Amino acid sequence: MTDKFISIEGIAKRYPAAGGATTTVFENLWLSMPRGEFACVIGHSGCGKTTVLNVLAGLDAPSEGAVIVDGQAISGTSLDRAVIFQSHALLPWRTVLGNVAYAVSSKWRRWDRARVKAHAQTFIDLVGLTGSEHKRPSELSGGMKQRVGIARALSITPKIMLMDEPFSALDALTRGTLQDEVRRICLETGQTAFMITHDVDEAIYLADKIFLMTNGPGAVLAEVVENPLPKDRGRTDLHRHPLYYALRNHIIDFLVTRSRTFTTEKPDHDPRNVPVVQIGKPGLTIAASDEQQQTRTPGTSPGLTA
Amino acid sequence: MTTSSLRLRAGVVSIVLLAAFLGIWHLATRSTGTTAAMSPEYAKLMGLTATQGKSAMPGPVDVGAQLWEHLKRPFYDNGPNDKGLGIQLGYSIARVGTGYLLAVLVAIPLGFLIGMSPLLSKALDPFIQVLKPISPLAWMPLALYTIKDSSISAIFVIFICSIWPMLLNTVFGVAGVRKEWINVARTLEVGTFRRAFTVILPAAAPTILTGMRISIGIAWLVIVAAEMLVGGTGIGYFVWNEWNNLSITNVIIAILLIGIIGMLLDQILARFTRMVTFPE
Ligand SMILES: Nc1ncnc2c1ncn2[C@@H]1O[C@H](COP(=O)(O)OP(=O)(O)O)[C@@H](O)[C@H]1O
Ligand SMILES: [Mg+2]
Repeated sequence: MTDKFISIEGIAKRYPAAGGATTTVFENLWLSMPRGEFACVIGHSGCGKTTVLNVLAGLDAPSEGAVIVDGQAISGTSLDRAVIFQSHALLPWRTVLGNVAYAVSSKWRRWDRARVKAHAQTFIDLVGLTGSEHKRPSELSGGMKQRVGIARALSITPKIMLMDEPFSALDALTRGTLQDEVRRICLETGQTAFMITHDVDEAIYLADKIFLMTNGPGAVLAEVVENPLPKDRGRTDLHRHPLYYALRNHIIDFLVTRSRTFTTEKPDHDPRNVPVVQIGKPGLTIAASDEQQQTRTPGTSPGLTA
Repeated sequence: MTTSSLRLRAGVVSIVLLAAFLGIWHLATRSTGTTAAMSPEYAKLMGLTATQGKSAMPGPVDVGAQLWEHLKRPFYDNGPNDKGLGIQLGYSIARVGTGYLLAVLVAIPLGFLIGMSPLLSKALDPFIQVLKPISPLAWMPLALYTIKDSSISAIFVIFICSIWPMLLNTVFGVAGVRKEWINVARTLEVGTFRRAFTVILPAAAPTILTGMRISIGIAWLVIVAAEMLVGGTGIGYFVWNEWNNLSITNVIIAILLIGIIGMLLDQILARFTRMVTFPE
């Protein structure tokens, strides 16, 4: 927790509302992540998850506050931060290879055609699309399109991968396979990843840390839940782990009731010291920042089944 | 298989319709034998039309024979009022081509600028709104007065009439490029210039080409009227001249050729549009 590879420092986002007023999507939002970690953000629709991700990507500027990545305040987009878009955002007039090569040649401007192609091909192979290089996006299934999106993001060897509900439009089977692929690739390469999701199981499978956001407008980051499941967890036997249901219930509880009531129930919530919840270690909930001590117990006891 | 049989059947129906049309045309215009007696002077004055009951309207056979004559010698030139149809069409196509290409050179870059800049878009909008509905021929006197050359004036009229659909479609296409494609370019740190050519141009190309296709159609409509006004050469002048000569046969032939050339121009642009259209 001392290593803050990504640090979101007190950002706010406001939009002008009808009648000269302003709507605050969120304000004074603090969040940090060490290098090599996989974080998921969960929260209800409209709470501002996409806005946070876009600010992190540099596609959107915060109304207040700053984002520090690798010790430097960001200004605008960067090839260090790759985005996997929810709608895959492939260029439909380019082939699979063309889409990946576009990213590669954008990063390495001086590379010749053959080198760009070879590099792009490596990443197409990595996501299992060998043989489909010359297909256009319109000829691909939803899952294959998202694979191209992943290959494109990985091909520029970014420091951070940002994913906005990348699998939400896919069927369960495809989603499962792609989750496996993403997890494998991120573990192999030590990739730092920040992902928004609606799917609690997806978060439990992929994330090291899960950020819970309350409902907007005026959303706050309520808790950081540490994933107690072992690193070598498998997608299909997640539910066999003794702490799985405790973790899952904690998150579902939050989504069902506490995301609504949190702000009124916890008026003394300090957005700079968001409580860290460690499922399975009762009485050991520690504040996010190093200078803070333990504050409260977790909401769910271990081993509780649904 | 069903589509090919549909095409075959449609072809058969087309031929039947054409034959029926030619047949009715032929029956409606054939000679009805010598008509009632009239004084020889009057008969001489009226010519064959009146004396033999022949309709003033030429029949398909007359038109076909005359067309054959034209096709045998498309490029003869016997002075200002007697040139081959190929030459006249050539003049018209050259004027349309020049005016149209000039319009492309202005409309597409300008449309790009307007489409990419909300400020320019708002600032130029009132001008475009006023200029767009003006009939291109209304510019003719002004063009003749300032340019003092009838041929260049006709080109100017083509330019002014073909610029609007292209300009508006380019603006529309450029401004409507999906945000997510722009965001892809932004996250890849692609510069403005490269972004314009690698994302905006291909994304907007189908819309731009549609505008170009509308423009070529309008330009071909307008050239005939413009050449009737400025005179001298061109298929529009030919129509007017043959009307003055009371040669309805030549007028009909010109109408037919105007239609065919217009169709070809449209097909060429349609082919280009298909080339840049991408399935999503
Ligand atoms: N351009 C905008 N103008 C006004 N309000 C916006 C705009 N973009 C987003 N919002 C508002 O910001 C809030 C957060 O949006 P978003 O980040 O997309 O939510 P999420 O991704 O969590 O569903 C929403 O309530 C939305 O209405
Ligand atoms: Mg969203």
